[in-house]
Amino acid sequence: MRFTRNSKMLSVAAIAVLSLSACGGGSTESSTGGGTTDAVIVVDGSEPQNPLIPTSTNEVGGGAILDLIFAGLVSYDADGKPENEMAESIETEDAQNYTITLKEGKTFTNGDPVTASSFVDAWNYGAAAKNAQLSSYFFESIEGYDEASAEGSTVETMSGLTVVDDRTFTVKLAQPESDWPLRLGYSAFFPLPAAALQDPAAFGENPIGNGPYKFASEGAWQHNQQIELVPNDEYEGTQAAQNAGVTFKIYQNDTTAYQDLISDNLDVLKTIPTSDIKNFKNDLGERSIESPYAGNQTIAIPYYLPNWDGEAGKLRRQAISMAINREEITSVIFNNGRTPAKDFTAPVLDGYSEDLPGSENLEYNPEKAKQLWEDAEEISPYDESQPLTIGYNADKGDHKTWVEAVVNNIKNDLGIEVAGKPYATFKEARTEATEETLTGSLRAGWQADYPSLYNFLGPIYATGAGSNDARYSNAEFDQELTDGLAASTVEEGNEAMNKAQEQLLEDLPAIPLWYQVAQGGWSNNVDNVEFGWNGVPLYYAITGK
Amino acid sequence: MPEPTSLPAPTEAPTPMARTKTSAYPIEHFVADPDETPVRATDSTVSDAAPRSLWSEAWRSLRRQPLFIISAVLILAVIFVALFPGLFTNEPPNENCLLANSDGGPAPGHPLGFTVQGCDILSRVVHGTQSSLTVGLFATIGVVLIGGLIGALAGFFGGWVDAILARVGDIFFALPLILGAIVVVQLPVFQQNRNVWTLVVILVTFGWPQIARITRAAVMEVRNADFVTAARSLGVSPLGALVKHVIPNALAPVIVIATISLGTFIVAESTLSFLGIGLPPDVMSWGNDIFSAKPSLRSNPMAIFWPGLALSITVLSFIMLGDALRDALDPKARKR
Amino acid sequence: MVWYIVRRFLQLIPVFLGATLLVYFLVFSLPGDATAAICGERGCTPAVVAGLREQYNLDQPFWIQYLLYLKGVLTFDLGVNFSGRPIATIIAEVFPTTAKLAVMALVIEAFFGIVFGLIAGLRKGKIFDSSVLVLSLVVIAVPIFVLGFLMQFLIGVKLQWTNPTVSGNATFSELLLPAVVLGLVSFAYVLRLTRTSIIENVNADYVRTATAKGLSRRRVVVVHVLRNSLIPVVTFLGADLGALMGGAIVTEGIFNVNGVGNTLYRAVLNGDGPMVVSIVTFLILIFCLANLLVDLLYAWLDPRIRYA
Repeated sequence: MRFTRNSKMLSVAAIAVLSLSACGGGSTESSTGGGTTDAVIVVDGSEPQNPLIPTSTNEVGGGAILDLIFAGLVSYDADGKPENEMAESIETEDAQNYTITLKEGKTFTNGDPVTASSFVDAWNYGAAAKNAQLSSYFFESIEGYDEASAEGSTVETMSGLTVVDDRTFTVKLAQPESDWPLRLGYSAFFPLPAAALQDPAAFGENPIGNGPYKFASEGAWQHNQQIELVPNDEYEGTQAAQNAGVTFKIYQNDTTAYQDLISDNLDVLKTIPTSDIKNFKNDLGERSIESPYAGNQTIAIPYYLPNWDGEAGKLRRQAISMAINREEITSVIFNNGRTPAKDFTAPVLDGYSEDLPGSENLEYNPEKAKQLWEDAEEISPYDESQPLTIGYNADKGDHKTWVEAVVNNIKNDLGIEVAGKPYATFKEARTEATEETLTGSLRAGWQADYPSLYNFLGPIYATGAGSNDARYSNAEFDQELTDGLAASTVEEGNEAMNKAQEQLLEDLPAIPLWYQVAQGGWSNNVDNVEFGWNGVPLYYAITGK
Repeated sequence: MPEPTSLPAPTEAPTPMARTKTSAYPIEHFVADPDETPVRATDSTVSDAAPRSLWSEAWRSLRRQPLFIISAVLILAVIFVALFPGLFTNEPPNENCLLANSDGGPAPGHPLGFTVQGCDILSRVVHGTQSSLTVGLFATIGVVLIGGLIGALAGFFGGWVDAILARVGDIFFALPLILGAIVVVQLPVFQQNRNVWTLVVILVTFGWPQIARITRAAVMEVRNADFVTAARSLGVSPLGALVKHVIPNALAPVIVIATISLGTFIVAESTLSFLGIGLPPDVMSWGNDIFSAKPSLRSNPMAIFWPGLALSITVLSFIMLGDALRDALDPKARKR
Repeated sequence: MVWYIVRRFLQLIPVFLGATLLVYFLVFSLPGDATAAICGERGCTPAVVAGLREQYNLDQPFWIQYLLYLKGVLTFDLGVNFSGRPIATIIAEVFPTTAKLAVMALVIEAFFGIVFGLIAGLRKGKIFDSSVLVLSLVVIAVPIFVLGFLMQFLIGVKLQWTNPTVSGNATFSELLLPAVVLGLVSFAYVLRLTRTSIIENVNADYVRTATAKGLSRRRVVVVHVLRNSLIPVVTFLGADLGALMGGAIVTEGIFNVNGVGNTLYRAVLNGDGPMVVSIVTFLILIFCLANLLVDLLYAWLDPRIRYA
């Protein structure tokens, strides 16, 4: 007798749906793909690290919840294409001045209408320094951000935001950016009801949104255990719920969640743990999926390390890159659950190209690698007292196995001393990166916030950028990025971005390894599971069986 | 401590005392004739021989025990492997790991197969002996010395000495190992060269209170024993009584904890590696191997079996040694 | 005796001060900036970092931070953790589950350890003795993250006798498997300790006396041998309670138990000072009380031990 948990949950859910439809809600009547819409889906989640306020959430645990209970101006479809959600239209002529008109009659679940101020106030709140919101930098393109966000600033509004009427507001950017509208589906840009700004702490416990789902009740967030969401019947959009609710069961690690999945105690698992990467196709059969998403893995080598600067440094970087057999590692270690990298972005993005000039530097070529290394030796000999280390944090994610494989690769092909370097805590590694005290390279994973090539380049490789761990600085590259942003169309922009990437492929401030592939699975109780462009399941589309 | 040898020498039936109940049935007292039951050899004493110390007595009994001989041979073998790994495998340490061999089974020249990284398992187990044995052995010696000393003092003297030492132990015991370990690893001394000794220091710093508690309890139990009182009344100083009489008789539980801890320390090394504060990944050890093999537990169980077996044999031999030592130290259980 | 207990309670005060100071200092010396953990992979702007430092008193020197925390404790306000949640609430959430789990593990390891140890000790060198030696070897040599995983996989997934993970309610039947796993290593200790103690005592003079008195073997073993053998075992169990409460990081992780160990672990990783200190202090208090209880038990187990 072990099916108790889910079957109980199913019957409770059925009752909940009956009573819902009795009350006149009607969004769950349609049924797609043969599945039933009366099932509550239990999915894996992680504990949100901050109150559920869009601008103070910077990690996936809280992000997954926010994406379901809020709806932004646009939302992304499965392929990452933005579609208007709250916005009726987003118009611009110069990529710098935008006029945004909202759809009529949209409300939050507490009945408040979604107005222009709901957006403008939320954005101002997010940017103002005194609120110390973690995602404040998302507003950096908007004019007036610098004044509002400066340390100790008392300015609470950005001058670039103007409310025209209830349904219209204008945005002036500090400089033209053609891909700016692409960002508007990211959680930092979600609207907030007035109640949120009066008492953010209380709101963060029981948020009120305008998305396809809402909290099942006050206190639906049982910390470290689960978060219960039910469909929001007022929501009319492309992402309407096809189920009777989504319950995020909070796990401390994926290995544990996997055991629950294969015993049908969990309906959807979004990440198969490394330990089961070789078993999951056997265990789950048809109930598993591999779906590429907008994320990659790289190793950043700081330029302030003596061996890795200048012309010799460049040759060594190329040698290291060519000594890594990406095909073999992704197939043996990840069981093909990653794709060897060909550039610095990710294939699911609009504008991606797999044969940029210079991408041969990312191909396995041990002979050339050895040659390049010897060439570098002639310019300046390798300082053996500072052998290369590959740093990774041991507290989150499972990086040890692949780092060791990369280390062995380099050791075997170049015959040099290399070692993995675990950091006990993520913050320790981050602090060293920020304070420029790294003594070796550091692994860096990047997952897109919004589907744009720029998101993979600007924040990481532009001079002085926040996540520029390598401290790369190349005026030509910076200029090409700026040009790309200022381009009048996204296509032209992408072209410029890829031009900029050629610099990176030559210099290799970081060594791209592979693109991420979401490996997920689901139980016998659910159907219609698909993953989106960002590696997150499309929760709203999941149905019961 | 030989037992008293006086034979019962009843010559006549005891005279019943006034209030003694008398049985309704007369009990016939039978006394054996000394000729029929001769004094056994062990019951005799040589009163003019020089008294042997407890330790030499123990050693005499120890070396005749098969348990001791087996465990000693095993331990010497493990130490031999640790000192001369090159004699047991041709593979150089930490090299020739090819992903093409990942999770491969036994092959010519590689009798135990390969790890997930394609390293030869035999080579890793053999070369891992040294660091694992060092960590286990020296961490154990460290906690026994420090914990034993503190526990013995606390238990023997009691009062405020006990109050201070035991409470300090409580604080250390409740400190999370991971918190302490992360901080210790960062000390300037260890930052540059993290090695097995770093680990020994961490394990000793946070492991001694357990031995201290056990020693304290054992000492408290023994300090009131008759032979200690006797020694004290014969003018032996408190410290002398502690060292000569109390500690040797309080050793049994300490030996048990120490021998098991030896194993758990070797395993703890793998847990610390898991947390990123153990040995550097390029130092080979059984703990590191066990941890690295865990992800492929279901697809390649042998990668975890072999280092686990090496660990088991080592722990087994030390447990047997501890048992033999305890038997030898206990006069009551000594085989005659 | 009463005076002794009062004195032990008074000792809690310096222990509390010393422990909080030491732990706070250790957290303070943790490498890395605490705001780096909050800011995540992307980092924050300097202004946000400054705001966070002010919010959590991270901009103050060590002594001020510690005294501010102490002031909070004395006014029954433990403050909030880095996620902005009241620490007292979190402790109240995780503590009961962990206490249940620890007590269950303790009972399991004590019962089986003592019974098996007793039999092994009485039949020293026989087949039962050797079998439990091998059993304890397995428990010692296989790390808990492997044993726990194997048991979860076999019993929870393959045989489906119980749920592989523990739900928020943490019912008795859900906690049984994690409790067994948690108690396994200590079981080996209890077993070997009992066995050795029994072997020591089974030849003691008072046992011969009792046997000579004509007492039944059962009575001799249970009342005389076992009782006198329990001091090291009880000592170990008392100390183990503390370890089980705070050190179950791995087991709690495997079975997804929302307990003290993992909360503490995450707080350490994040450098969340007030959270770590509060939990550790709590653990030290439990630990001191458990040890007091053990010390009082000594006097009952062995009348020669007295407390003034």
